[in-house]
Amino acid sequence: MLARTAESLFWLARYLERADYVARLLQGAAHMSAARVDADRSSEWESAIIAAGCQPAFAAEHAQVSAAAVIHYLAFDTRNPSSIVSCIETARRNARTVRTALTADMWDAVNGTWLELRGFDPSQLDDDRVAAFLDWVKLRSRLFHGVYTSTMLRADGFHFTRLGQFLERADNSARLLDVKYHVRLPNPEDVGGLVDYYQWLAILRVVGARRAYRVLFKGQVTPIHVAELMILRAEFPRSLVFCFEQITMQLDQINGQDPLRSAEGKRLAHSLYAQLRFGRIDHIFSSGLHEYLTDVIERSDELGREIANGYLF
Amino acid sequence: MLEKAACFDEMLGDDGTRAPYALVDAWLKSLPRDQLELKRREAEGLFRRIGITFAVYTEGGDPERLIPFDLIPRVLAQAEWQRLKLGLEQRVKALNAFIHDVYHGREILRAGRVPERLVLHNSQFRPEMAGFDLPGHIYSHIAGIDMVRTGPDQYYVLEDNCRTPSGVSYMVENREVMLRLFPDLFRRAAVAPVAHYPDELLETLRSVPPPNCRGEPTVVLLTPGIHNSAYYEHAFLADEMGIELVEGEDLLVQGDVCYMRTTRGLARVDVIYRRIDDEYIDPLVFHPNSMLGVPGLYFAYRAGNVNLANAIGAGIADDKAVYIHVPEMIRFYLGEEPLLSNVPTYDCRLPDDLKYVLAHLDELVVKAVHGSGGYGMLVGPHATQGQLAEFRALLKARPYDYIAQPTLSLSTVPTFVEQGIAPRHVDLRPFVLSGGDRIRIVPGGLTRVALREGSLVVNSSQGGGTKDTWVLEG
Repeated sequence: MLARTAESLFWLARYLERADYVARLLQGAAHMSAARVDADRSSEWESAIIAAGCQPAFAAEHAQVSAAAVIHYLAFDTRNPSSIVSCIETARRNARTVRTALTADMWDAVNGTWLELRGFDPSQLDDDRVAAFLDWVKLRSRLFHGVYTSTMLRADGFHFTRLGQFLERADNSARLLDVKYHVRLPNPEDVGGLVDYYQWLAILRVVGARRAYRVLFKGQVTPIHVAELMILRAEFPRSLVFCFEQITMQLDQINGQDPLRSAEGKRLAHSLYAQLRFGRIDHIFSSGLHEYLTDVIERSDELGREIANGYLF
Repeated sequence: MLEKAACFDEMLGDDGTRAPYALVDAWLKSLPRDQLELKRREAEGLFRRIGITFAVYTEGGDPERLIPFDLIPRVLAQAEWQRLKLGLEQRVKALNAFIHDVYHGREILRAGRVPERLVLHNSQFRPEMAGFDLPGHIYSHIAGIDMVRTGPDQYYVLEDNCRTPSGVSYMVENREVMLRLFPDLFRRAAVAPVAHYPDELLETLRSVPPPNCRGEPTVVLLTPGIHNSAYYEHAFLADEMGIELVEGEDLLVQGDVCYMRTTRGLARVDVIYRRIDDEYIDPLVFHPNSMLGVPGLYFAYRAGNVNLANAIGAGIADDKAVYIHVPEMIRFYLGEEPLLSNVPTYDCRLPDDLKYVLAHLDELVVKAVHGSGGYGMLVGPHATQGQLAEFRALLKARPYDYIAQPTLSLSTVPTFVEQGIAPRHVDLRPFVLSGGDRIRIVPGGLTRVALREGSLVVNSSQGGGTKDTWVLEG
């Protein structure tokens, strides 16, 4: 397969996964901010910006964090490369350059999304319509996932697509969990309090895992269990360990004829996977959750660079 | 253009509906008008979803524009097609023989049958190709011959496209869309299929491997990329043929061998169906600033390690002034009389011709020798006084840049327009595939239609549309 084709498939899947994640973040923030009783409703929106990895760029343009500004920036701002609209545009551009590597149904899913996107006018969107728009984004992302999973040949094209999707998802899950580190509570004594509790619950809401949590942990929502679910539980398809299981699986199946070149990427992925598989949540907490997640995010970035290098992107 | 009544309508003819159109006529009469409008919108939706778009750069607005598609098919009887087909084969054989000759012995020039100046001083002449033997001596593997019709038995070749003719994806997709919209219509008609064009193209490309190719040739399609107006077609053809769609950056030449960059390392490439112009194909030899081409590709080509379709330098045969001499080429190389007519053409370089052209400018069509896409042309009968004056000045200043032809009364075919169903002028571009083994032609071709009333310009960049083209079986 052409290296450029592999690269475009990889980014196509990454951008659609990112669009889904950003939509989830915005829905989570809207819900949280509505549920809050104290005056500081903007912190939920700020956490969405942080979890999207957009805080420096956002702060450069906006002095104040407001719901409207964050929704616009994360959903519709074409100058933000990670906004939903930009993600869909970039995904479709990648799809167009590698049309021959897509199944007809995949093209239909991506192009159909792009065509429908033109029907949404950001200036006409009130709260209800924004909510409907975000639901639509999640739906279209799921459609792409289902379509490529059920129509692509299990060959290199599929492996690169899945690799992109799960590397993006791992990065997203790590950032989402790390948001707790950045978000300020109204008062220091609120740790473990009601607001704190709702913020951990919000993470579960964003990843659609409230039921999964109750099945696995039964009791009340506690930080340590949320972190365990998001990092170490292989049953949960958004956990880091699940993502890296997928990543290593795809890398092992790609037939690189240049084993030396692609070896470093495989080594990075497997060592991170091993760490996640055999990790313990109490160890992670005692040495610092934020430090742990920062390390995962950095190593994922490095893995992304090594994949590009290993397969001549 | 002459009076509307003066042109031949392919459906109505001179005395009642012509036989090949019997079914279409009955179908149109049975079809409620709002149904047609509904289907037209459905067709547009299909084209958008499939992504069959065409970029036009001279206008603002939507960069991914649809070419209007007309639902009413253009029909040719089998006997009509057979005659065309023989004429097309003959013409393309002669064109390939001419290009080979021009880059070898130049017999036709030495015999004085084609003016030497016209060829050797032509901007499409590539001295880099001199004395270089190509597989099967084929230069224009894919040729698009633009034809018009003026009567039941009268066709003219308007121009030959020997470089990178486009539009074949519309031929295939128009049929595909028609089959989806009107399956019952096809059940009642026996229409020759066109969907196998990509297979025929691949066979053609595989039949001309370079001399140093061992085993099955690896074929790729080289595109300038997504910003090219015909990008959809490139992707479509590569997809249908199951070959890689590559851009210049995907290819590299090492030791005079061409490779593509794959995730498994470098893979050798044998035949390149290139949709990039000569000037951009190799920055080391041609346009030095080209980002689209592959440095060193020309040397791999000369070394016999890769073959290009179409060949570098094939454009020498589709120059509008060289066109005048195609009938002579047929006589010279094949010893046959031409089966297809040329439009009588005035070569403005010749003083007598120029004098005639200047005196009859309001009756003639004037074309720039190197123009294409309907740009830089004058349709005398439709021109304003200002345009006529402008061209008169141009002709006097640069006579060698222009040819002129009588305004033909192009045939019309019923077309669905805002006012209802009305006759509109059409042309036809059949695609002729020349391989090392034989010539292949898929029945029909691309019919382009001038949607504006009375207009003779069918180019999609000038508001033209397309139609499904039927060749009836039996």
